[in-house]
Amino acid sequence: MTGVNNILIVGVGGQGTILASRILAEVAIAGGYQVKISEIHGMSQRGGSVMTQLRFADEVFSPVIEPSTADILLSFEMLEALRALPYLKEGGELIVSKQELLPMPVITGTAQYPADIAERLLSVVPDAQIVDALSLAKKAGTVKAVNVVLLGMLSRHLPFDENSWLQAIRKCVKPKTVEINLKAFALGRG
Amino acid sequence: MTTQLMTGNEAVARACYEAGVKLVSAYPGTPSTEITENAAKYDEVYAEWAPNEKVALEVAIGASIIGARSLAAMKHVGLNVAADPLFTIAYGGVNGGLVIVSADDPGMHSSQNEQDNRLIGRAAGVPVLEPSDSAEALEFTKTAFSLSERFDMPFIIRLTTRTAHSSSLVSLGERKEKPLIPYKKNEKKFVMMPAHARPRHLDLEERLSSFMAYVEGCGLNRIEWRDKKIGVICSGAVYNYVKEALPCASILKIGVSYPLPARMFKEFAAGVKKLYVIEELEPMMEDFARSLGIKCQGKELFSIAGEIMPWEIASKIGGKEQEMLPAAAEIPARPPVMCAGCPHRGLFYLLGKHKLVVSGDIGCYTLACSPPLSAMDTTICMGASIGVAHGMEKAAGEDTSRHTVAVLGESTFLHSGMTGLLNVVYNQSRVTTIILDNSITAMTGHQHNPASGKNAKGQTAPAVDFEQLCRAIGVKKVLVTDPYDLQATEAALTECLEFDGPAVLITRRPCALLVKELPSAALTVDNKKCTGCKTCLKLGCPALGFNEEGKAFIEQTQCAFCGLCAEICRFDAINKEAAQ
Repeated sequence: MTGVNNILIVGVGGQGTILASRILAEVAIAGGYQVKISEIHGMSQRGGSVMTQLRFADEVFSPVIEPSTADILLSFEMLEALRALPYLKEGGELIVSKQELLPMPVITGTAQYPADIAERLLSVVPDAQIVDALSLAKKAGTVKAVNVVLLGMLSRHLPFDENSWLQAIRKCVKPKTVEINLKAFALGRG
Repeated sequence: MTTQLMTGNEAVARACYEAGVKLVSAYPGTPSTEITENAAKYDEVYAEWAPNEKVALEVAIGASIIGARSLAAMKHVGLNVAADPLFTIAYGGVNGGLVIVSADDPGMHSSQNEQDNRLIGRAAGVPVLEPSDSAEALEFTKTAFSLSERFDMPFIIRLTTRTAHSSSLVSLGERKEKPLIPYKKNEKKFVMMPAHARPRHLDLEERLSSFMAYVEGCGLNRIEWRDKKIGVICSGAVYNYVKEALPCASILKIGVSYPLPARMFKEFAAGVKKLYVIEELEPMMEDFARSLGIKCQGKELFSIAGEIMPWEIASKIGGKEQEMLPAAAEIPARPPVMCAGCPHRGLFYLLGKHKLVVSGDIGCYTLACSPPLSAMDTTICMGASIGVAHGMEKAAGEDTSRHTVAVLGESTFLHSGMTGLLNVVYNQSRVTTIILDNSITAMTGHQHNPASGKNAKGQTAPAVDFEQLCRAIGVKKVLVTDPYDLQATEAALTECLEFDGPAVLITRRPCALLVKELPSAALTVDNKKCTGCKTCLKLGCPALGFNEEGKAFIEQTQCAFCGLCAEICRFDAINKEAAQ
């Protein structure tokens, strides 16, 4: 279906992808769109691959994103970006935190963490943004804010004004962490 | 009107609030858990974690009989546990509205099977409503309460992982208080002994007939006429996929999955040229259509196993070229693992080291099955570990239990492991049962249980005393250890295995994810001492790695400072250092 905006957020369980999708959803709702999100909980908290699918348009039916149709792929981790790449449409935007987290088969030596992920991503998406979100999050005050740093980067590619992002962050994050998250967003947005 | 983005589960909880529900009882189980977590946030609704789904449904039945609206929530396999009260309360009926939520898991994102509980509704004679998104989850749940009272029947709301865990906009309403419907003693309705149950079974059939008549004309099912070349019968999440994949097709959208509307099926089938029935898991609607003599296609196109995705529909019916995911052969998988600092890790390391047969159970610790721990032989269902180990010994002889253990978490033990332990004592096997006591139901996201000292509302509650409980059942050897202390745990394990009789080892330490204070020191690898033997990697800890120089390293952002790696390192190469 044309006209639906498909944003795919991937990472590793515990990285805060769900909060990121909630903030984005609030922004899209405030922009007058219908929003659907699909996420799979359960085993995800235990460090497995996680995927949150967010779609917004005037009318959205299915909450799941079809392969080769994601307008934007936002990845919190290098290997997960590679895994989710087939979901990105031709000409879609790719934003990746250059953090590398080793999965168990790599730790135990039965698999290798690919050394050429950046090249492989760039060969498919030449203008992919591979960014050091972790350092920016540290600069904001906590590594945990890496999700909001990435949202700041994502915000540049979406037609919503800065103020609605700030409001959504205030609404979704814990009151104690509002200031740090606003700072993280500003650093990401640049 | 206020609208809010909600998951299907949040919407069901909201429906409880709006429909004047007095009581929600549940046992946690993905994907149903957040129903009760969210219901507990409403002061007007009493919500509790029961020890298992059978108790939860019995509690809801009690509330219904006394005149209140009540709800019991569970995952699909939980309804097996609660099937006993379900099949009989179908005969009895209700007083206050009674709704059971069954959250099914096609694709088994977080389950041991993918049974289709629409069939349980049919088998029990309990109507099944199936919402397709969060707005319908709210609307259908509220409707289920009034229909339950009107037709004197319990109702099942069937969600799937995609409806339970997907979010969409919901319009919120106000709460309408429902005063208790006066209770009148009626043993012919609620004492199900044979003389009463026989007429109640016939009565159930009559109630089902009158509900069937209602179903034909009700708005819960609807026909959406578009192009009549293709017609699709579907329900739940699949309805949205069909709208997405076949925007021109006519649709018979089923909201009442049991009993199905024969007249509507016939009308719809007669109106379209080519008819498809698209449903995840069992061909329930398809079989029904065929029983009416309707020609259709369904399971010859779509698998009986797993989820159906919109692009599959677009390709198989819409003729759209399917976008195939390229094989991810070179991309290492990222399976879920026990967290850094998990108190279960050390125990399973020991079970593997001693090459024991491990009769396992359901919880985070099922992950011990995966490499490198690879320390689990069986996992069947909640609480099965103890019965399975007992059966192994009784069939293969007493020596079996010298190298076999039953392992389960404290919440699973309380759910349905206790009776297995009672059987071990009564029928005199010498099974060693290990209870992993982290004082929380962790796998489903940290729900309180009778061992945690808090209730579903977060208030202080009595905590069960496992040592006393096991002794009262008749276990003579009950030991408790801290699983971070490998030496003590190993000694206790050996003592239990050698004991001539049933033994229980309780490994007690809170879930690492709930320990808030930061470690006072950090663990580091001394590269001069590390020989690269990889013994520490056998722990399967996500904080440990191996570098290009052939040495182990500790990822400081992940390490929870449990110290297990330092304990098992034979070269003293892992040291504590004061944290910066």
